[in-house]
Amino acid sequence: MQTIVKVLNDEGIHARPAGILVKLANNYSCDIELLVDDNAVNAKSIMSIMGLGLIKDTLVTIKADGVDAEAALTEISNLFNNKFNL
Amino acid sequence: MIIGTSASPGIVIGKALLINEEELNIVKYISTFDLEEARLGQAIQSAKLELNSLREKTLQTLGNDKALIFEAHLMILDDPELLKQTLTIIKNQSVNAEYAFNTVANKFIDVFESMEDAYMRERASDIRDVTSRLLYKLLKKTKVSLENLSTPVILIARDLTPSQTASMDRKNVLGFLTDIGGKTSHTAIMARTLEIPAVVGLSNISTTIKDGDLIAFDGGSGEVVINPSTNQIEMFNARHLAFLKMKQEQSLMIGLESITLDGFHVELAGNIGTPRDLDALHRNDAEAVGLYRTEFLFMDRTSMPTEDEQYAAYSEVVQGLNGKNCIIRTLDIGGDKTLSYLSIGEEANPFLGYRAIRICLKETELFKVQLRALLRASVHGPLSIMFPMISSLEEILAVKKIWNEVKLELAEKKIPFSEKVQLGIMIEIPSAALISDILADHVDFFSIGTNDLTQYTCAVDRMNEKIEYLYNPYNPGLLRLIHMTIKNAVAKNKMVGICGSMAHQKDLVPLFVGMGVSELSMSAMHILSTRKIIRSLKKSECEILVENFLKIGTAEEVKKLLN
Repeated sequence: MQTIVKVLNDEGIHARPAGILVKLANNYSCDIELLVDDNAVNAKSIMSIMGLGLIKDTLVTIKADGVDAEAALTEISNLFNNKFNL
Repeated sequence: MIIGTSASPGIVIGKALLINEEELNIVKYISTFDLEEARLGQAIQSAKLELNSLREKTLQTLGNDKALIFEAHLMILDDPELLKQTLTIIKNQSVNAEYAFNTVANKFIDVFESMEDAYMRERASDIRDVTSRLLYKLLKKTKVSLENLSTPVILIARDLTPSQTASMDRKNVLGFLTDIGGKTSHTAIMARTLEIPAVVGLSNISTTIKDGDLIAFDGGSGEVVINPSTNQIEMFNARHLAFLKMKQEQSLMIGLESITLDGFHVELAGNIGTPRDLDALHRNDAEAVGLYRTEFLFMDRTSMPTEDEQYAAYSEVVQGLNGKNCIIRTLDIGGDKTLSYLSIGEEANPFLGYRAIRICLKETELFKVQLRALLRASVHGPLSIMFPMISSLEEILAVKKIWNEVKLELAEKKIPFSEKVQLGIMIEIPSAALISDILADHVDFFSIGTNDLTQYTCAVDRMNEKIEYLYNPYNPGLLRLIHMTIKNAVAKNKMVGICGSMAHQKDLVPLFVGMGVSELSMSAMHILSTRKIIRSLKKSECEILVENFLKIGTAEEVKKLLN
């Protein structure tokens, strides 16, 4: 299953938001991917996420596959929508 | 004698210890998956143990801010992609772990190094630092440990990594010299934090000096001598004693008031460019921030800093000052400072051109973003805003109109801000100084920017060597303009400060005190010595000095009078 979110943080996804996202993703056993254009990266990998260089207003598709996929998608979308609570 | 960039003051003579890491030679060879997977796992475990203990140690000695570096390194080692891709190479190519890990890490380093954002590019050095730690483990090599040095040494390196500066044995590190780095590089900042003398940017010092060479250097002037002569050693020893004496005298000034013998108080404030400069300000007992230059927030990047970014920086400074006042100057760009993303256009006379408040009054949206960020930050502590390059009352009125619009907008949106924010202007253009009696009715304070005021009053370009002699702080016309501005402010009970490089000039301080200046703002290192001067003065005598100054006409005579 998948959902689409938008990067709302002014600074984009720098080290701190990337770290927060990875910590959250690691709470779930399902596989989680972030898709931007043609790139798909592991949401549990801080280097891959930072490597995307996500800037404000980028649309990101989150894809999750596994038993707790639904919960993971909800929580991660909330994180994006709440600007990573920063 | 070799001269580099002064990073941290102090004079040192001692033996050199070269700590350049050898270039790791990563060879590729055939191995079995099980063996390599186990080796990789052990190396990661052992590197993580090391990083955890470094983090603990740094947390205790240098605080959370510095310890975060190791937190980031730990996260990199925990990265599942790094591990997965390394294992894939080991499996598919039947090769050794160090070759596979190095290949994957380099791929990530390339990605980060090619990013546009300077902050992200810097992250490449973190990956490199972690990668080298892990490769050392895999190759069973030990990094030169700086934790337990048996004798006092001067460290010589191409550069020092964050792990090295955080873990070094401070008792036995006399100082350090590096090939690369500038005044604000990581190594230079750490040297000042640790108060270890250092010179950086020496280009090839790590290949010129040999282990055990005797080195003498002056961290304040950037001078380095390899195997000094007896005479040179004597000279450095003499400087060392003078430095210690000065430090000691200065430290006696900490906690004392900046008042004259007859009780006149002059606030001694610091000039800063980034929140990082606060450390030095606190160490030198600054009473306030007299000038926070916000340009640095706008420079070395590809787009305008957002309101949130600016708010974060201003808040950090205001909070870090624990209730002391902070004067923040709005964007002063143009002249010799340009921004890649803001086109000013070619100008014949940039210093007389489109700069500072002139840009802000035209690019009002840019200006409003900064004012909003400043207003929002005002809830965290006392904050004053100062506008640069004001030449007329009209400009002050235009600024205030925008200011009121921004306040109204925030109030409507119910965004909190303080009503006590003070507004002031820089006096750096003669036309403003000449009507300072009138301007004083429209603002809360003045700050005299002596560098530009000298340039505009004497019509002298300080970069032009042929006329450099005209850029003279003793010029009586210039000093009269300063006198006039201070008098006019004092008459209207307004705060008036001086924030250019004349503010800490020893012989001028008595003159400024005599004129009745309320604040002198300078870089942190000058604060304690200026306090010492002020505590030795009598305002009544300084006033007589001003009277005598008003009777003379040449810079030479002024200089003699102040001597």
